[in-house]
Amino acid sequence: MSGKTLYDKLWEDHVVYTEDDGSSLIYIDRHLVHEVTSPQAFEGLRLAGRKPWRQSRNLAVADHNVPTTNRDKGIADPVSRLQVETLDKNCSEFGITEFGMSDARQGIVHVVGPEQGATLPGMTVVCGDSHTSTHGASGALAFGIGTSEVEHALATQCLTQKKAKNLLIKVNGKVGVGVTAKDIVLAIIGKIGTAGGNGYTIEFAGEAIQALSMEGRMTVCNMAIEAGARAGLVAVDEVTIDYYRNRPYAPKGGDWFMAERLWQQLHSDADAVFDKVVEMDAAGIKPQVTWGTSPELVVAVDEAVPDPALEPDAVKQQSMKRALEYMGLTAGQAIVDIKLDKVFIGSCTNSRIEDLRAAAKVAEGKKIAANITQALVVPGSGLVKRQAEAEGLDKIFIDAGFEWREPGCSMCLAMNADRLEEGERCASTSNRNFEGRQGYGGRTHLVSPAMAAAAAIAGHFVDVSSIEESVA
Amino acid sequence: MRAFTKITSLVVPLDRANVDTDAIIPKQFLKSIRRAGFGPYLFDEWRYLDHGEPDMDCTNRPLNTDFVLNKPEYLGAGILLARENFGCGSSREHAPWALEDFGFRAIIAPSFADIFYNNCFKNGLLPIVLPAELVDGLFKALSIGYKLTIDLEAQKIMTPEGSVMCFDVDETRKFRLLNGLDDIALSLQHADKITAYEAERAKRAPWLFSE
Ligand code: SF4
Repeated sequence: MSGKTLYDKLWEDHVVYTEDDGSSLIYIDRHLVHEVTSPQAFEGLRLAGRKPWRQSRNLAVADHNVPTTNRDKGIADPVSRLQVETLDKNCSEFGITEFGMSDARQGIVHVVGPEQGATLPGMTVVCGDSHTSTHGASGALAFGIGTSEVEHALATQCLTQKKAKNLLIKVNGKVGVGVTAKDIVLAIIGKIGTAGGNGYTIEFAGEAIQALSMEGRMTVCNMAIEAGARAGLVAVDEVTIDYYRNRPYAPKGGDWFMAERLWQQLHSDADAVFDKVVEMDAAGIKPQVTWGTSPELVVAVDEAVPDPALEPDAVKQQSMKRALEYMGLTAGQAIVDIKLDKVFIGSCTNSRIEDLRAAAKVAEGKKIAANITQALVVPGSGLVKRQAEAEGLDKIFIDAGFEWREPGCSMCLAMNADRLEEGERCASTSNRNFEGRQGYGGRTHLVSPAMAAAAAIAGHFVDVSSIEESVA
Repeated sequence: MRAFTKITSLVVPLDRANVDTDAIIPKQFLKSIRRAGFGPYLFDEWRYLDHGEPDMDCTNRPLNTDFVLNKPEYLGAGILLARENFGCGSSREHAPWALEDFGFRAIIAPSFADIFYNNCFKNGLLPIVLPAELVDGLFKALSIGYKLTIDLEAQKIMTPEGSVMCFDVDETRKFRLLNGLDDIALSLQHADKITAYEAERAKRAPWLFSE
């Protein structure tokens, strides 16, 4: 018999019951809750007279709608305010811990979970949000769910699932200067496509993945969903274990040693068989920039906008043409010639301390270009913000002309006041460049934090690897 | 949840790949704390020429007459024909809510994004995966008044020309959808198994149960 993949191990460890057709009831160790996808779930519980199965396994935080300025004045938009207040009310009614807007621990749910040790290796983690895949970076099985499943997880601490297939993406070798986790994952999506991971759980492995910090691994797993996979995973190693030591919700004392022993098993066996394997060479990855309205429409910064006429597949050709039209770009245009209006550094993909450090390093001692009307830096959590301020990063950003904001989702999906206006072009460290995502008619180019900062300074895209090489 | 057994309905072709949930229901509508009433805002940015906001009265909004859902010949259609990777992006269940509220009962595509696919079953909406050639054939065969019959029990689609296509669906999902059953009540029938699992797991990972 062949060995098990990490996903096989996590799955087997959580099966409560399996039906004849293979659907299983699986146990959920951590349920994260935010204001957008939970109100109807709590309402459902109330109508059915149900209670949460295990209150302590839920953790709530408002992030999508919260303002990133003038927090003390509350939320101006009445609809957003009602949604956040509804979360507060539901959490107190059902006895669920919530980090409120004035709590230093508040932030984007996927930044807060690992930071608190509320999501840990070996867990099953769910949240009514597709980027729950982020938590797989710790060797947890983590995936996004819809509101009916939020209600189901609350009421039963379980979900009905069918096991996905195993996909191994191995990034061999080392990345070059200026190439980050974001570039790795964008290059992966460019290679396998946004539906490439459909029906799979992706395990990211190889030297280039192992070399990443936990923050970087989170960036990669965050975008597993953009490759079509509900969950992404990275095996547990010393980097993982060191990261979780002393986190507020992590096990303590004897429990910690027990956990450590258990977590050390969380890797695929050497003889495990995957349904599909994709290998990539890290050295071939350059800083990436998306040019279209799907994350798979991506090229290296030193390339040009592709020509749809060269695409043989008719459906793909059509979407490329449509993307060019929406993005206001022409085939053959060099990426470095694309001028920008706004820059957004933030989101659950790239708002952790390492991301802010990388951006600050590029911005230090410089000024944003005259054509940039707004450059936002939105830390992922109150604690990230505090840490960045302790390191003086806020000063670097402010001196360069960036706005330093309060934590939240912000312009990643523009549910609060931070957004693009029609036709505005933005270099963004977020994860989705869909039509209208950052504001009606807004145009998004996905990049790494260093690339976003460099673009803010230059006013157009620049190859950050050439800057960093000349510095080094 | 509304049960799904057998329907015969008009088909609307939406000839685009990677239709994401932001397109199906833009984020401003996610601010609602209700579950119903999203139908008028389905595909809002494609359907209307102005910018939609929650609670807006849609009856007098300027329509994008080029958009397929606005064509009079597709009025009342219950089946959506789509391209690959339909429903990708955000996990928002507002997407199936909006499709269902608009009047769709089934979506046929070569592939769906996982979370969206799953969410459909919770809302009486049947997502059907057919091979890309068959979907392409349907796009080509579609003419005014084209109706398909979908029989979930038999897992068959009947075309007006009399051909029959079979589709796959999990037994559990099929059973729940056929009977319009509440997932939570069904899972709670296994409450004793959940409790037993917790007791056993608590021995291996006590920190998960110590709070
Ligand atoms: S930062 Fe963006 S992608 Fe992440 S949870 Fe918030 S809205 Fe979703």
